[in-house]
Amino acid sequence: MTDKITIEIDGRACEAAPGEMIIAVADREGITIPRFCYHKKLSIAANCRMCLVEAEAGGRPFPKPVPACATPVSDGMKVQTRSPKAIDAQEGTMEFLLINHPLDCPICDQGGECELQDVAMGYGGDVSRYSERKRVVEDEDLGPLIATEMTRCIHCTRCVRFGAEIAGVRELGATGRGEAMRIGTFAAAAVGHELSGNVIDLCPVGALTSKPYRFQARAWELTGRDSISPHDGVGANLRLHVRRNQVLRVHPNDNEAVNETWLADRDRFSYEGLHAADRLTQPMIKRNGAWQAVAWGEAMTLVAERLKTTEAATCGWWLAPNATLEELYLAQRVARGLGCRDIDSRLRQQDFRDDTAAPLRPWLGCTIAELETRRAILVVGSDLRQEQPLLAHRIRKAALAGAGVGCVNPLELELHHGATQLVVDPAALPAALAAIAKALDCAPEGAGAALIAAAEPDDRHRALAELLRAGEAEQGGLVALGALAVAHPDYALIRALAETIATASGCALGWLPPAANSVGAYLAGALPQVGAGGVALEQPGRALDAMLAEAPRTLVLWGVEPERDLIDPTRAMAVCEQAEFVVACSAFRSPALETVADVLLPIGAFAETAGTFVNASGTWQSFQGAVAPPGEARPGWKVLRVLGNLLDQRGFDYTSAAEVRTELAEQCGEITHDNAARAALEALEPRLAEGGLVRVGGVPIYALDALVRRAPALQRTTMPRATLALYLHPQQAEVLGLEEGAEATLTQGGQTLTGEVRLDARLALGCAWVPAAVAGSERLGAQIGPIEIAGGGLQ
Amino acid sequence: MSFRTTPLTVAHDRDKSTLFTAELREAIDALLTRYPEDWQQSAVMPALTLLQDANGGWLTRALMDDLAVYLDMPEVAVYEVATFYGMYDLEPQGRHKVCVCNSVSCMLRGSEELIEHVGEKYGVRPGETSDDGRFTLKEVECLGACRHAPAVLVDKTYHENLSPEALDELIDGLE
Ligand code: SF4
Ligand code: FES
Ligand code: FES
Repeated sequence: MTDKITIEIDGRACEAAPGEMIIAVADREGITIPRFCYHKKLSIAANCRMCLVEAEAGGRPFPKPVPACATPVSDGMKVQTRSPKAIDAQEGTMEFLLINHPLDCPICDQGGECELQDVAMGYGGDVSRYSERKRVVEDEDLGPLIATEMTRCIHCTRCVRFGAEIAGVRELGATGRGEAMRIGTFAAAAVGHELSGNVIDLCPVGALTSKPYRFQARAWELTGRDSISPHDGVGANLRLHVRRNQVLRVHPNDNEAVNETWLADRDRFSYEGLHAADRLTQPMIKRNGAWQAVAWGEAMTLVAERLKTTEAATCGWWLAPNATLEELYLAQRVARGLGCRDIDSRLRQQDFRDDTAAPLRPWLGCTIAELETRRAILVVGSDLRQEQPLLAHRIRKAALAGAGVGCVNPLELELHHGATQLVVDPAALPAALAAIAKALDCAPEGAGAALIAAAEPDDRHRALAELLRAGEAEQGGLVALGALAVAHPDYALIRALAETIATASGCALGWLPPAANSVGAYLAGALPQVGAGGVALEQPGRALDAMLAEAPRTLVLWGVEPERDLIDPTRAMAVCEQAEFVVACSAFRSPALETVADVLLPIGAFAETAGTFVNASGTWQSFQGAVAPPGEARPGWKVLRVLGNLLDQRGFDYTSAAEVRTELAEQCGEITHDNAARAALEALEPRLAEGGLVRVGGVPIYALDALVRRAPALQRTTMPRATLALYLHPQQAEVLGLEEGAEATLTQGGQTLTGEVRLDARLALGCAWVPAAVAGSERLGAQIGPIEIAGGGLQ
Repeated sequence: MSFRTTPLTVAHDRDKSTLFTAELREAIDALLTRYPEDWQQSAVMPALTLLQDANGGWLTRALMDDLAVYLDMPEVAVYEVATFYGMYDLEPQGRHKVCVCNSVSCMLRGSEELIEHVGEKYGVRPGETSDDGRFTLKEVECLGACRHAPAVLVDKTYHENLSPEALDELIDGLE
């Protein structure tokens, strides 16, 4: 610990660390110093001069006012933030800043929550002495998320520094000089980073504002409600801004352990999906092929009756991994109360061969905040920035702090930090891991014994092995499995090999939980082999693969769109169609659900229900409903409570979601997460043969779940590989005789469809990238699996 | 990370040996040896000057983009430099640049008169090029020659203490 020194601010003695800036000490002490360019998460630019204060060090006053954001403290320093000299300087700066700032507050979205407005109230004059013309700046189109009004810009450069330092890509810059200075992209490229929306929060004025929220409301009309983001495994802390029962925008809540002060654009703009036209607002029953709106009582009685009369062994439950902990827990209670054991929430997994050995309470492998202090991180099978924008940011921080970052993937990721990337044929992913294991001198043991024995590591594998070894010496490393690994036909093998590598290199084994409640699903018991409390079940049910192979007669879908959310949409739809009775509990009324379901029950979406998500760190984050669900829709936990009662099950008298959570928390006891295998595995054969073409269906960032798929602004962004097409490495395309823009016929899972060829040199040879969860992908099979491709489209 | 001490490095996916000409690459490489290892991007300024001189006195977007590739910089960082300094021009220029200082010392000593004079006599206002393409008139900030104001920079040569007549002589002497 560095020695503390004492300084005096406005006559108050404050403790400070040497080298800290005056403003940081003042902020901690709750002493206000006006500022525009300073931001605690960005480097110091000291270019706005709003934070000028009077100071003296060593008994000698500084000759001029000094910027509090760029003046380090020293022992015995005395600072005056409100002395006549300081105020005079601050007022002077304010007057200069206002010279060119338009007086358009009445039509500015930032009005009422503008740092400039606030500071002008405190330090501005009533009347301007400036009577010349103000400058006007042409706007640039920064894409569908950020609205610009660049005349309002005060050149604090926070947005520029955000790009350089946080996003890692300089998209915005300050061109020109003096009065001609402009903030913009100069080349007018739309800002395409997945964290770009944060500049809206950073911009102290109304130059950069939210485009979807534009002209929707005034800050003082909004009520703030805390919530948790329902998308990735981070569970970013949100502040929902609500007016008349509508979520109008989303801001971050600071939480250093989770999202720091950032949000991914997915967290920020997905609320728009709440207002989708196809919200399900009434219970519906299909009679003679036609949908009829009915009362809750009627629908629930029918469902209860059908569930009671079906044979328990022929009933399957598919639960979305972004359902709340309460919903998942109650759903499995209802199911297991009926004797149904076929429950699964791992909807994007196809290899369940290690269910008897797989961990019961998996998690990230360290806390989210610890990620940035790892010294070595090996990411296996993850399109990192698309899957986990905020975890990717933490990993970037680790890399900038000197950690070695390695990746083993069927594509080369576009990362804005150094990384050793091993790009492999998707079928060769296990073999590549085996080679790394061998480079770490692992004995050929366990599930991947044969692969390790046969492996011939080359320099690339040795480099990754070295990278992990280097991590061991210091803070420890992490071998993290991503969503592409989980979706792989040889996931069991991949996990076993990753564990071998982790053990041999002294690193932890990690997992990047793909959905908001992926970790919670284990605790809630929403898996066939795991019961509530994250305990092993003696009589496990059938996992998803078995349910897809042999259709259950009755199916309960919770928050699931079978044509988008399942690993093999063709199979999933076929299974739903074969089932005699399908109940879909959903916030949306998608055409696919209308086709396959017999009863539709409207449940509240994100922000419309109380609940809990367990994030990648294993942190339980609870939230309240911020708005009422539309129409007749009800919070999911209440629907399940009624269902439990109708089925005459005991103990379904909860009066709040919190009660449900407390009950589950008791069953969980002291929660420890552990990614280690519970038992040794037999040797496993790879299922995916090398040599053929393998389809890899990554889930694009804005296709992750039903809500974000319905958020119009996000859907208008251009993200890589986001629309249905056949993405191939140029050499691979040449082998197949295909050119950019050509039409190709894709055959997978017994279905064919025409796709346009796009060349992408980041992809591995042997990989045919066709995104999953996007329109059109429902006509294909497994996310990762063999595919046949022929030139020419379907006739 | 501070963005001033660790300039952001961007590896562009392009073959550097196809950029510019062999001579220009060699000249830029020679410039790079002047800067410490962590500060290689500082060469952006002299490199822009080189490229501008080789391109008839102005910089195109393509040239700036290529330099960004060559120096592993984000494009926008090159634009920032090129738009900040008055000595870089982003539009086609005349064969010569007549840069009249119009900062305070020169202004007090008659630089506005010089500018007006050129406007009347040659029909060229600041930022414009003479019809015959001989010269472009630029109004620039302090040239650091206040002691002998008004100062004019013609291409790369300083001329001080100028009267309109003396300036005429200079302009008439241009090719
Ligand atoms: S646009 Fe906003 S954040 Fe960016 S420099 Fe201008 S005022 Fe600052
Ligand atoms: S906040 Fe200190 S100069 Fe801007
Ligand atoms: S003011 Fe013209 S040279 Fe300084």
